[in-house]
Amino acid sequence: MTDELSKKHTKLVRILVLVAVAMFGFGYALVPIYDVLCEWKWIERDRPDDIKQVSEATYKVDMAREITVEFITTLNESTPMEFHPEVKQIKVHPGEYHTVNFYAENKANKVMVSRAIASFSPALTSSYFEKTQCFCFSEQTFQPKEIKIMPMRFVINPDLPASYKTITLSYTFFDNTEKSVNK
Amino acid sequence: MSAAVAEHDDHDDHHHDDHDHGPAKGLLRWIITTNHKDIGTLYLLFALAMFFVGGSMAMVIRAELFEPGLQFVDPAFFNSMTTMHALVMVFGAVMPAFVGLANWQIPLMIGAADMALPRMNNMSFWMLVAGVLLLASTLFMEGGAPNGGWTLYPPLVLQPITVGKALPFAIFSVHLLGISSIMGAINIIATILNMRAPAMRLMDMPLFVWTWLITAFLLIAVMPVFAGAVTMLLTDKFFHTSFFNAAGGGDPVLYEHIFWFFGHPEVYIMILPTFGVASTIIPVFARKPLFGYASMVWATASIAFLSFIVWAHHMFTVGMPIAGELYFMYATMIIAVPTGVKVFNWTATMWKGAMTFETPMLFSIAFVVLFTMGGFTGLMMAIAPSDFQYHDTYFIVAHFHYTLVPASIFILMAAGYFWLPKWTGHMYNEKIGQLHFWLSAISVNILFFPQHFLGLAGMPRRIPDYAIQFADWNMISSIGGFIFGASQLLFLYIVYDTIKGGTGEKVTDEVWEDAAKHGLEWTLPSPVPYHTWSTPPAAVPTEHVLDTH
Repeated sequence: MTDELSKKHTKLVRILVLVAVAMFGFGYALVPIYDVLCEWKWIERDRPDDIKQVSEATYKVDMAREITVEFITTLNESTPMEFHPEVKQIKVHPGEYHTVNFYAENKANKVMVSRAIASFSPALTSSYFEKTQCFCFSEQTFQPKEIKIMPMRFVINPDLPASYKTITLSYTFFDNTEKSVNK
Repeated sequence: MSAAVAEHDDHDDHHHDDHDHGPAKGLLRWIITTNHKDIGTLYLLFALAMFFVGGSMAMVIRAELFEPGLQFVDPAFFNSMTTMHALVMVFGAVMPAFVGLANWQIPLMIGAADMALPRMNNMSFWMLVAGVLLLASTLFMEGGAPNGGWTLYPPLVLQPITVGKALPFAIFSVHLLGISSIMGAINIIATILNMRAPAMRLMDMPLFVWTWLITAFLLIAVMPVFAGAVTMLLTDKFFHTSFFNAAGGGDPVLYEHIFWFFGHPEVYIMILPTFGVASTIIPVFARKPLFGYASMVWATASIAFLSFIVWAHHMFTVGMPIAGELYFMYATMIIAVPTGVKVFNWTATMWKGAMTFETPMLFSIAFVVLFTMGGFTGLMMAIAPSDFQYHDTYFIVAHFHYTLVPASIFILMAAGYFWLPKWTGHMYNEKIGQLHFWLSAISVNILFFPQHFLGLAGMPRRIPDYAIQFADWNMISSIGGFIFGASQLLFLYIVYDTIKGGTGEKVTDEVWEDAAKHGLEWTLPSPVPYHTWSTPPAAVPTEHVLDTH
């Protein structure tokens, strides 16, 4: 191989390796980029951060409509808890306030920090489902074998499009003990 | 290598580590070789072996799905089989097979003595072997091989405890495979850009070289992104990060975006070299120059570009804003334009050609027809509202198998029949070749066509058991699968037989009538000597760049 060709190879390989390394970084850069893009107004993302506590506004109760709200609870596979809603479903009128209690029990003999993450189906209903009080706003610390009755107070915004008749709200309890900064 | 360095001054300087006395003796030759032909052979044989490993897994899947109910394997193992079948076929069979073809053919086609970086070439191959072995080792681990699907979606791989053992091995295996393909890609780009015969301009290059040049750029651009995504999975699982873990504020949907940003170009990494081989074979047997050479190059480049901006069509049902659905729908449909140009050009190349139907041509024609069908179902799924029905059903399984099996795999078979006589100097047995073709072409349709019906009727993918109404078509599909699987043993026999002497007929340098008009490799002796193009050719065939009349 001539020196000239060898130099051409070296130069090209350097550039290509740099591209590969940059693309590895780009994969990581997609994480913040994704968060920024999801803040755009026309992207409605169902994320725990978006389901914020709101102060109790007064709506005109729409007695003509009745929405079925269903509750599903799931435990992340490794979470040693018992977790279920006290009622599986309720019928509500938009604009009406309701409180539903959730039963949670730490089955383990150790302190546990858990976090409940909500998910809505259909996803687009999440922005009309307003919570004024919820155990899901923050991490929950459980003493060994502690039992908690946790309330969730909500209202459905009467602006909810008429096509929605049923909203399913699913909570998954994650064991966050290892990762939590609050332990 | 020290001998090579010492010899350097005495020999002409196109060879920096060649030995004029041919390959080293014994088995060690295959481990230390830096010769592009040896490494090409290693890649191709390894890919062939993996084709049968991945194929056996497919046979397990089809056996279990032969009837409703659970017969042979438990569901977790079934899921391991679908996951491993995909990973082995994509990363162990199809991609290495095309890298093998690139190793053999690119230097021969562009008049270069070897690949640009021969030692790195050796390393790429052995890292591939290490990666695949690491992946295969998970089959024997407690809890079994990864079973959350080849896409490794986070809730499926992060939450269950069962894949705890296998997951890090699968991830490191992906890292090794990624590094191996990136090194291979760098080597191919350096070879093509720096080592072409002086007479060969970029727009003189054979289409196979063009498609590989573009594929290599795709590899460099997206394999690192995939490596990053699986590294995030790894740290989420073991180091308490929360990229995709909802409990820590992460988002599993983010993984889908990153994965498919890699995954969509990845499917073109498997299909673009396929296009290149088809564009090489069809003109030879149509005895005409390739129709629309320049448009083929531009179509390839456009497909490669579009592959980066359409990824979310894999996730229409994830809950995207309507604007996103519309954008990804239209962008995806645009891909049909350059792809249509290609299919048109292949057809136009055959139009009024003096065609003959040897095995490589049969496989190529079947590719054009069946790939087009796979393309049409792709177009159906590009339509976002319809995709809600097709999503995660057997319809998508039928779609991507049509674009991979009777497309990529058929073209790899065609390439084997087309170039084996050149490489070995022996002619394969045409009768068995034709038998292999007809069995494959018929059974592949019995295997995959009914899956369209199953999908449209609502049968989900990745399930070991199914509702009774899907029974008939599943049984037919399985029968097709068994015939297809068994037929491939013929190919194994033909490869063995041809290497051992084939029909005994001595092939000419051109092998196929007037092939020398179509590519430089046919001007070399058959079998191809261990060292070729020590001096670059003075002129290159230009017929393929002329517009046809």
